[in-house]
Amino acid sequence: MKRKLFVRALLDKVWPAVMLLCLLGAGFVLSSILIAITSRGLRSLSWEMISTPPQRAFYLGGAGGILNAIAGSLCLALGATTIASLVAIPVVLYMHTYGKGKRQTLLIRLALDVMWGMPSIVYGAFVFTFIMAVGLRASLLAGMLTLVLVSLPILTRTFDEVALMVPTDLSESTLALGTTRTELAGMLLRQTVPGLLAGIFLAFARSIGDGASVLFTAGYTDSMPSSLLRPVASLPLAIFFQLSTPFPEVQARAHTAALVLTAIILLFGMLAYVVHAHLGRYIIR
Amino acid sequence: MLPVEITGRGKRESGLSRLRQPVPLRRWRELVGSSLMRGFSLLVGVMLLVISLTLIIRAWPVLGHIPFSELLFSKSWNPSQGTFGLGVFVAGTLIVTLTAMVLAVPAAILSAIYLAEYTSQRIRLLFKPVVDLLAGIPSVVYGLWGILVVVPVVRETVAPWLDQHVGESIPLVRNFNPTGYGLFSSGFVLAMMIFPIIVSVSEEVLRSVPDELRHALYSVGATKWEVTQVVAFRSARGGLLAAIVLGLSRAIGETLAVVMLVGNVPQVPRSLFDGGYTLSGLIANTYGELMSIPLYESALMTAAVLLFLIILIANIIARVFLDRQIARGGIR
Repeated sequence: MKRKLFVRALLDKVWPAVMLLCLLGAGFVLSSILIAITSRGLRSLSWEMISTPPQRAFYLGGAGGILNAIAGSLCLALGATTIASLVAIPVVLYMHTYGKGKRQTLLIRLALDVMWGMPSIVYGAFVFTFIMAVGLRASLLAGMLTLVLVSLPILTRTFDEVALMVPTDLSESTLALGTTRTELAGMLLRQTVPGLLAGIFLAFARSIGDGASVLFTAGYTDSMPSSLLRPVASLPLAIFFQLSTPFPEVQARAHTAALVLTAIILLFGMLAYVVHAHLGRYIIR
Repeated sequence: MLPVEITGRGKRESGLSRLRQPVPLRRWRELVGSSLMRGFSLLVGVMLLVISLTLIIRAWPVLGHIPFSELLFSKSWNPSQGTFGLGVFVAGTLIVTLTAMVLAVPAAILSAIYLAEYTSQRIRLLFKPVVDLLAGIPSVVYGLWGILVVVPVVRETVAPWLDQHVGESIPLVRNFNPTGYGLFSSGFVLAMMIFPIIVSVSEEVLRSVPDELRHALYSVGATKWEVTQVVAFRSARGGLLAAIVLGLSRAIGETLAVVMLVGNVPQVPRSLFDGGYTLSGLIANTYGELMSIPLYESALMTAAVLLFLIILIANIIARVFLDRQIARGGIR
């Protein structure tokens, strides 16, 4: 207030311009990601590429595609998301019924936040030592378990945020009818279905794109996923490994794999929004 | 407001019909439901403890026998000779993360302020999904973008130009590395990765500041920028800090994108454009071949424990700041 009026008016114009500049600059750089991935990926995209597993001499430029990685990634993410949501639902319902306002709930939230921030390579190392101790090798099952650790915090915290928005009046009037807390949980579940679905889609997108966690735990193979105890290929690792070869044909496959992966993730991200916006209408607020 | 006809279609008495069921059945269901919920919650709460204990136990042969300061600062990493100094990798992680934070934080906070304070509801609803989708793009794809776009630009333009024009006065930007792969490239890509995360969280924090505060400030004659200053840098300070810490914790542990871009050279870097090596990269690149040398696995687990500790501390700090803001009615 002690400044001259002119300076204040000037700053009032300059700072928004600076902020807009930051936003547009970042938007420009980030959109260059999508443009670069799409243009490079489309160059080598073909039906053969996404419909066949690798044939002989694949990594020297031979025939074949990345179907093994696509199928493997879908298996990994689907299994992980299913297990994670089976764990997440009771946990969130606990936090909002029995554990409401308790110390345990705060601790669970803190633990989940820490788990959310944990580098996935650490989960990979953890599960790897775990399966070594049990006597297993890198496999679809181990990869799934690692991805459960990655996606569980995302799923639970997203679901938790939605459950927090259920009006207190609604919970209280439900209890006032003489319901048990488990029946209250049923009501909460019904109220939070759109948020749960959105969380599941987001967790699916996150776990399908996570490469570092499946690096040691799921391994890599050129054949299609066949058993829970066999290694399985995945899209992020297909990109990672194929980029490190010196052959341009093989690198082009990595570009296609990146395009496929980005497309899957954007699709599920958008699904999460559509579900949230569309089903959100049926909720009591 | 009764839970009747929640779906809005047809005649359904969802909640009430259940109350007419026999009491023993309801009691039994209550028992099963509550123990299921309690059990899984306990599982999640214990999981973090199990992970940390496992890591520490596996790291103990190195962590417990080599002094912590030597592990952190010693530069000699030579597993076959039994020396496990993580100094080079700690330095690499810190430099890459710092570069990313310096590039991303000011831009992200300013962008978030613009989105929260200066745009209309419609534009915000358009931007939010875009920001969230960008936050979901996997790190390998960012890494690929780095190889295709960032590395050539750094190699051809940024590094030579800075070397020529300011390299004399600031030795930090001298260019000894002709490849373009290095600390700066990976730091820049990381900055772009954490930008959407910081924007998304900060924007939510800023919007949670009650409008009464803004109205009060306007009524004493403040300009819009002055109002924004108070809202962002006084009222929402803690929340913004939490957003930054979240971005930081993502940047520190990021693995594949950094492995693809940083060059993986175990050396003490002389400039920002030199190649380097990070803790997460060390685990990712060498974990498969660990069986041959004793203590090797344990040393890698020590790296994992270091990452774990950093993330744990960062998250507790973020939570403390967020909670303080919630307590003041800032959020929700």
